[in-house]
Amino acid sequence: MTAQQTIIQTIDLTKVYGMGDVSVAALKGVSVDILAGEFVAIMGPSGSGKSTLMHILGCLSHPTDGRYILDGEDVSHMDRAQLAAVRNQKIGFVFQAYNLLARTSALRNVTLPLLYNHANPKTLAEGDEKARVVLELVGLADRMNHQPHELSGGQQQRVAIARALINDPVMVIADEPTGNLDSHSGEEIMGLLHVLHQKGTTIVMVTHDPKIATHTQRTIHLLDGLVDNVVNNGHDVAQVSDLRYKEAK
Amino acid sequence: MKPSEAMRIAWEAILKNKVRSVLTMLGIIIGVAAVIIMVAISAGTEATISEQITSLGSNLVFVQGSFQRGGPGQIPTGGLVYDDAAAIQDNVSGVVSVVVEQNSSETVKVGDVTLENVELLGTTTGFPSVRDMDIAEGRYFSEKELERKSKVAVLGSTIAEELFGDENPIGQTITVGNTKLVVIGVFEEKGLVGNTDFDSRVYLPISVVFQKFIFNPFARFMGDNIRMVYVEVDPAANLDDIITQIELLLIKRHEVTADTADFAITTQQDIIATQESTTAAFRSLLAWVAGVSLIVGGIGIMNIMLVSVTERTREIGIRQAVGATPSDIRIQFLTEALLLSIVGGLIGIFVGVGGSYIFGLISDMRTVIQASSILLAFGSAAIVGAFFGYYPANRAAQLDPIEALRYE
Ligand SMILES: Nc1ncnc2c1ncn2[C@@H]1O[C@H](COP(=O)(O)OP(=O)(O)O)[C@@H](O)[C@H]1O
Ligand SMILES: [Mg+2]
Repeated sequence: MTAQQTIIQTIDLTKVYGMGDVSVAALKGVSVDILAGEFVAIMGPSGSGKSTLMHILGCLSHPTDGRYILDGEDVSHMDRAQLAAVRNQKIGFVFQAYNLLARTSALRNVTLPLLYNHANPKTLAEGDEKARVVLELVGLADRMNHQPHELSGGQQQRVAIARALINDPVMVIADEPTGNLDSHSGEEIMGLLHVLHQKGTTIVMVTHDPKIATHTQRTIHLLDGLVDNVVNNGHDVAQVSDLRYKEAK
Repeated sequence: MKPSEAMRIAWEAILKNKVRSVLTMLGIIIGVAAVIIMVAISAGTEATISEQITSLGSNLVFVQGSFQRGGPGQIPTGGLVYDDAAAIQDNVSGVVSVVVEQNSSETVKVGDVTLENVELLGTTTGFPSVRDMDIAEGRYFSEKELERKSKVAVLGSTIAEELFGDENPIGQTITVGNTKLVVIGVFEEKGLVGNTDFDSRVYLPISVVFQKFIFNPFARFMGDNIRMVYVEVDPAANLDDIITQIELLLIKRHEVTADTADFAITTQQDIIATQESTTAAFRSLLAWVAGVSLIVGGIGIMNIMLVSVTERTREIGIRQAVGATPSDIRIQFLTEALLLSIVGGLIGIFVGVGGSYIFGLISDMRTVIQASSILLAFGSAAIVGAFFGYYPANRAAQLDPIEALRYE
C-alpha cells in the first residue's frame, strides 16, 4: 500500500446532547484516522454513537469538544455557513432514509447541491450534463425524469448516491445506506459503493451487517461513545474490488 | 444562489402548492384591491364635488335667510325679503347682478298624470346663468313676464318626462295647485347637486309664487320672504369688502345686530373649503382602511409562510445537508414571500381596477382609477411581503440540519 494522504483525522471528539441532568454523552473521545481512498465500515450496537459520529464527520453538526481535521482543514470551529460550504464541496452524504426532495425529478434532486456550490458555479446546462454522467454511473440514466415516488427504494438510494457525487466530494459518508432496503437492493447499493471505491472515492459507511463490513478495508467498532476496536479486514483496494466481482458471479 | 435560481425555486414552490399559495396571496389581493378601489372612489367623489362647485357658477355670494323666532306666541320675524335683493343690487358696489329664489310645493296635474309634492322654484330671470343651467327646448321667462306675473313655467328634464313622456311639452298647460301654467321651456338634464335634484322641479317667476303659492298675511307689512339671494360679483372686486357691505346693509334694513342676524352669507370659497375638508377626512379614512388591510394581508403571508416553513422542515434539512447556507435558505423563503406578494399584488391590481370599474357602473358613486394608487398599492404589497416574509425566512434559516432532517 502506497503512502496515502489522511482525509479524516479526529482527535478526542466528544458530543454531549442536552445540558445538566438530562445530558447524554453520545461520543466520549473518539480519535480516528481515515486515509484517502479507504473504504471504512463503522459498526456498533444501537445507541453507541455511530450516527452522531457520522453527523460530525459529515459536517452536519459541531463536536462538543475535540478537533476534526478534514482534508487538511480544521473544521471544528467553523460557523454554519462555512460548514455548509464544506458539506457542499467536500462531502457526499448518503442517508438511510434517502432524503430526496418529494415531487422533484431525479435529475433535479441530483443537481440540488449545484445550486449551493458558490465556489464553482455551473451553468444549468453544465450541471445537467454532470448530473447525466453521475446518474449513468448509478445506472439510472433512463429514470432521470422520474419523481421519487415513482422509484423503488433501491433506485431512490441510487439517486441519493448520484446526488452525493455531483460536486466531486473528497469522501462519501453513508449512514446505514442499506438499512431501509431488501437484501437484493442492499447488495446492489453495496456493489455500487464498491465501484465508487474502486474509482478512488473515500467511503465511510455505518452498517449493522458484519458480512457487509468484512467487504470493506477496515471496520471501526464503536461501543458506548468510544472506539472499541479497529479491525483490519485485510483487503487492499484491488482485493475489495475483486471480492465484489467474485460475489457478483 | 443566483437571483434567477432563487426565483425559479420560489416559483416552483408556489406552483407545487397552489391552494396554499392562493390563500397566502388572498390578504394581499384584498389589500391592494381595497387601496385601488377606495382611492378610485375618493377621487371620483372629489371629481364630482369639484364639478358641482364649478357648476354653481363663478363669483357668487350666497345670502340665505334664517328665521329668528321671537318669544312664545309671537310672530316669526325677519328673514330675507324680496326687496333686500334690490337693495343689495343698488347699494353694494361691485355687484353685477342679483338673483332671488323662493320655493314651495304643490300637486301638478296634466291630463290624467298627477304628481304630488312637486317642488316649485320661483326665481328671477338671471337664475339659469347663476346656476349654470341650459335650456334644452323653448326658453326661460323674461323680465316682462316676471313683472306681469305671467302664468308660465319651465320644467326640469325629469318632471317634463314624467308629465309628458315623448310629447312636446312646449305650449302645453299644466295645473299647479289650482293655477294653470303654460310650459314655455324645458331645461337640460343637470342631475343631483348636493341633495338637490334640479331636474324634478318646476321653475316659474317668483312673482307668481308669491301671488299663488305662498300664503303670507304679513307680506303686505314686511315684504315677501325669500329663501336665497345669489349675488354675482365683479371678479375684480374685493370679496370680503362686498360681504361686509351686504352684512351692514341687511343689519340696518332688518334692524338687528350682528349677533341676532336673520341671514347668513356664504361664498363659493366657503363651500369649497367645507367640501375639501370632508373629502380630505374621507380620503384619509379610506387610506387607513386600505393600509390596515394591506398589513392584515402581510400578517396573512407571515402566518402561512410560518406554517409553510414548518411543513417543509424536512426539505430545508435536505437542502442544508447538501450545502445550503443559512443565507441561501433565508433568500429562498424571502424570495417566495416576495414573489407571493408581487403575484398577489398583480392579481390585486386586476381585481381593484375591475372592481372600481364595476363599482362605478352599479352604484351611484363615481370612481376614477388613479395610476398613483396602483403604484402605491403594488409597492406597499412588495414591501409588506418582504417585511412579513423576513421572520419566517429567518426561522427557516436558523433550523438545525440534523433536527430538520429528523422532522416527520
Ligand atoms: N438529538 C439528540 N438529543 C439527545 N440525545 C441524542 C440525540 N441524538 C442522539 N442522542 C443520543 O445519543 C446516543 C447516540 O445516538 P446515535 O448516535 O444516534 O447512535 P447510533 O446511531 O449508534 O444508534 C443515544 O443514546 C441517543 O439517544
Ligand atoms: Mg444511527
